[in-house]
Amino acid sequence: MTRITRSPHPFEHHEVDLLNASDDDLKEIASTLSLGLSLDELRHIRDGYVVRERKATDLELQTYDQTWSEHCSHKTFAGIIHTPQGTVDGLLKTFFMSLIDELQPEWCYSVFEDNAGIVDFTDEVGIAIKVETHNHPSAIEPFGGAATGLGGVIRDILGVWADPIACTDVLCFGPLNYPYEKLPEGVKHPRYIFGGVVDGIGSYGNSIGIPTVNGATVFHEKYTGNVVVYAGCVGVIPKDQYIRDVKPGDCVLLVGGRTGRDGIHGVTFASAELTEESEEVSRPAIQIANPIEEEKIKRALKEVSDRKLGSGITDIGGGGLSCGVCETADTYGLGVEAHLDRVPLKATDMAPWEIWVSESQERMLLAVPPGNLDEVVSIFHGEQVETTVLGTYTETGQADIYYEGVILAELELGSLFDPPKLERTTNWVPPVLEEPDIPEPDDLGSVLLSLLRSYNIASKEKVIRRYDQEVKGQTVVKPLQGWNAGPNDAAVLKPLDDTWKGIAISSGINPRYGLIDPYWMAASVIDEAIRNNVSVGGRRISLLDNFTWGNPEYEDRLGGLVLASRACYDVGKAYGTPFVSGKDSLYNESPLGPVTPTLLITALGIVPDIRKAVTMDLKEAGDALYIVGTTKPELGGSEYYALHGELGASVPKLEPEKNAKVYARLNEAMDRGIVRACHDLSDGGLGVASAEMAFTGDLGLKVDLSRVPVSEEMRDDFMLYSESNGRLLVEVSEKDCGEFEALMGDSVFARIGSVKEDKTLRLEKKGELLFELPLTKLIGAWKTPLEDPR
Amino acid sequence: MKREEIDVLLMRAPGTNCDLETVRAFRDLGVRAHLVHSQRVFKAKNLLDYDILVFPGGFSYGDYVRSGAIWAKEMEYRIGKEIAEFVDTGRPVIGICNGFQVLVETGFLPGFEGRSPEPQVALANNSHGYQNRWIRMKNIGKGNCEMLRGVPEGQVIACPVAHGEGRFIMPQDKTEEWLERLYDQDQLVFRYVKGDGGYAEGSWPENPNGAYHDIAGICNPEGNVLGFMPHPERAYFGYLMPEWTKKGRPDEYGDGRVFFESIVRYVEARF
Repeated sequence: MTRITRSPHPFEHHEVDLLNASDDDLKEIASTLSLGLSLDELRHIRDGYVVRERKATDLELQTYDQTWSEHCSHKTFAGIIHTPQGTVDGLLKTFFMSLIDELQPEWCYSVFEDNAGIVDFTDEVGIAIKVETHNHPSAIEPFGGAATGLGGVIRDILGVWADPIACTDVLCFGPLNYPYEKLPEGVKHPRYIFGGVVDGIGSYGNSIGIPTVNGATVFHEKYTGNVVVYAGCVGVIPKDQYIRDVKPGDCVLLVGGRTGRDGIHGVTFASAELTEESEEVSRPAIQIANPIEEEKIKRALKEVSDRKLGSGITDIGGGGLSCGVCETADTYGLGVEAHLDRVPLKATDMAPWEIWVSESQERMLLAVPPGNLDEVVSIFHGEQVETTVLGTYTETGQADIYYEGVILAELELGSLFDPPKLERTTNWVPPVLEEPDIPEPDDLGSVLLSLLRSYNIASKEKVIRRYDQEVKGQTVVKPLQGWNAGPNDAAVLKPLDDTWKGIAISSGINPRYGLIDPYWMAASVIDEAIRNNVSVGGRRISLLDNFTWGNPEYEDRLGGLVLASRACYDVGKAYGTPFVSGKDSLYNESPLGPVTPTLLITALGIVPDIRKAVTMDLKEAGDALYIVGTTKPELGGSEYYALHGELGASVPKLEPEKNAKVYARLNEAMDRGIVRACHDLSDGGLGVASAEMAFTGDLGLKVDLSRVPVSEEMRDDFMLYSESNGRLLVEVSEKDCGEFEALMGDSVFARIGSVKEDKTLRLEKKGELLFELPLTKLIGAWKTPLEDPR
Repeated sequence: MKREEIDVLLMRAPGTNCDLETVRAFRDLGVRAHLVHSQRVFKAKNLLDYDILVFPGGFSYGDYVRSGAIWAKEMEYRIGKEIAEFVDTGRPVIGICNGFQVLVETGFLPGFEGRSPEPQVALANNSHGYQNRWIRMKNIGKGNCEMLRGVPEGQVIACPVAHGEGRFIMPQDKTEEWLERLYDQDQLVFRYVKGDGGYAEGSWPENPNGAYHDIAGICNPEGNVLGFMPHPERAYFGYLMPEWTKKGRPDEYGDGRVFFESIVRYVEARF
């Protein structure tokens, strides 16, 4: 096309004439250069070049494309959204960052401004945390997609000078028994994706030597075309080593692996829907993982960080060098000069623009004062890591990018980081749902066994054992409790040798509530994450949000997103739990339709003394069992309804003020050492939680259903399997019952049973036996179903 | 020698990753633990400055080809002679997990007739793939492995395994003969056992990888080179044990301590 002309240089480089370009011209340019920019954005860029009175270059347009992608600029969360309830000027600002202003948590050290959020741990040391999504790549290439997802989030932690100590992973798959004949063209079978993703995460995390300590594996029909892979990482950072002080003249130092054609236009791919052509078109967008390279970088970075030799750092992830180089310069109000011919390559025939946007893994970008350069380079070489000085930071406010001495891009950073604000309209229409009419079962025990066997409740041991959960010797409460490997609610880590202080990491996610009401889905998963954290002894909780949503250009999807975001604000405020980091993945659409609206909440709590951490296994016969919180007939979206193939409408709601009081009181009881075991009630409600506590502790349990505090009269099956929020089971020694009850004060709680020697779970109602099942049968049901991911 | 004068060298390669907890265990015992990149050791060639040599767990060089194989070849080439000299002095050499794989790949274990030019046995891929789980291993040595004399014979240590390749096997045509030899020369040190102390007899998950004869760890005929798959360093403190919240001893030590203490005491007394 005539508007794109090849320059006379001996390497691939084009000039693009945007003057008077019509909409059709712009579209053609975008398609020729494989740009994902919208027409509005293209016009905006064109107008800029008209003012500058010059042609654009391919490298410049690629930079705009990367920087303005949904993946890099989060334009949906930054844009203006008109809802029937009024206009929201930026979801992120309105519902997440504002919480920080309102709650003023002084322990939030650095939030929403860097690669990861950082909160205080001790006076001197902070904890960095980040959770990422890697859905699109995992749908095409499960092993590589999941592995690089984990590698990427570990680099986010390295990218705030922190030392990574633990990972999390939450995975959502289609049903493993999904009929092959129903799979549309281009969608891979959940069984294949499951095996690849679990292997990919295990391979990366195990090789780099960071334990995977918390997570979840969720199954739902709506994930069949849209696998969801969340990977998180937690790191330790002495606060005086968190250096962000790049000055003009500092060197731009690229460290790590070589740059190749793997991962070209990854962010553009991640910001589009999956189609049957994705496999062919987007294969090059998926990166190749090399965990050992990252392990070496991690060692070297620890030393550079400990010796405070750098002035700035970021990881090279989405958008490749184009984002990393320009973003750092812009962050510090500087300019930058970089020479792409210096970049070490995997393939020598790469065009400059390919080098510029490649998302090859295991690369970090450091800013280093010239006086420290030799030392930094020698540290990396000591770990056998390649380093390249790409150029220097300047005072110009402009990115000047060269190749073999020829200038290929002169980008004004001001305009690059000021994309046009997106404006969208939403209209969320509540789905028409009704409560199903399920006959009351005669045998509640067999229902319990069926629930324990359901994929979302059954043991995930076969997945968890694929990951090292305790390398580094800091995992105090492990994901699987004891020899019977029951499901702990959260992980507890002891990050520092010289203190008993620890951290608790938990999560909350639900695949079905979002189909009923995104607001209450969000509220419920926040409560679940917090409840899980409290259950092991966590408090002073920070939250992370990770949205996996459908195409936000549809009004209903965006409307749901606004509702869920509003819930984050409301519930976060009520609990006093600020969000410290987050990441969204939109455009999760496949030939099978949109993903079920999914919000993952990760909670990071503080455990003042890990010796007082609590696990969920019953401890001793004769102890009392309490329930805290009110049970309501809230079965909508429950596992119990799902067992009958129903969704229902009565999604669990939330009373955060009441719960906050309960959680604080539980924390106090744990500090006094009178809580022997604690377990949250979630999927499968009271029935499943009781069974899990019993078989994990290998002790019997007797529960009287008539003593459970309820909001209204309801059927036994509803009482047993309702998933109302804010509820936990607590084991207390007989001698401490008085103290416990006094502590719980006016909160809703009741003594509902006791731990017993003979190994059965016995459910009664006013002395009348409902069912009695041996623990062996319960644990057998719970442990069997999930297939080996191999 | 005095405990505080004992120098432990923990060598690492790209991908070594169990060094933190291993260093922590040795330091807790009051010895000097030095974590050194193998490239530095290749240059310094100063192994004899140290009293104990440890190859920690991990995935050296990604464990491509075969676990431990690449690092083993590199070491053989760069400091094979120095390691052999170190072994000849009788000082303890310990390989944990990936370290065990390295000692097998370098031919120091089982080392029936001294170091063999090529690996004699294999730590093959697990019966159930990569697994991180707690197991129990029993000390069945009769005293030849002197560094473990502080671990009572028959003592069961609970600790985790975390590997994909740890299935101890021997050449098919020599298996029986060599097993006898391992017994005769008192080279069998650790075997996987069940909760009741009885041998796993190949049953999974008590025997987590399908190892022949439930073999978890062996030593050389001289007893000073010891390799095993499980990780006692991850069971060093009470709060790392699987049921510490039930048994209530987070501030005490875990099962793994006796193992490291025995080694340190041995060096204290012997050298």
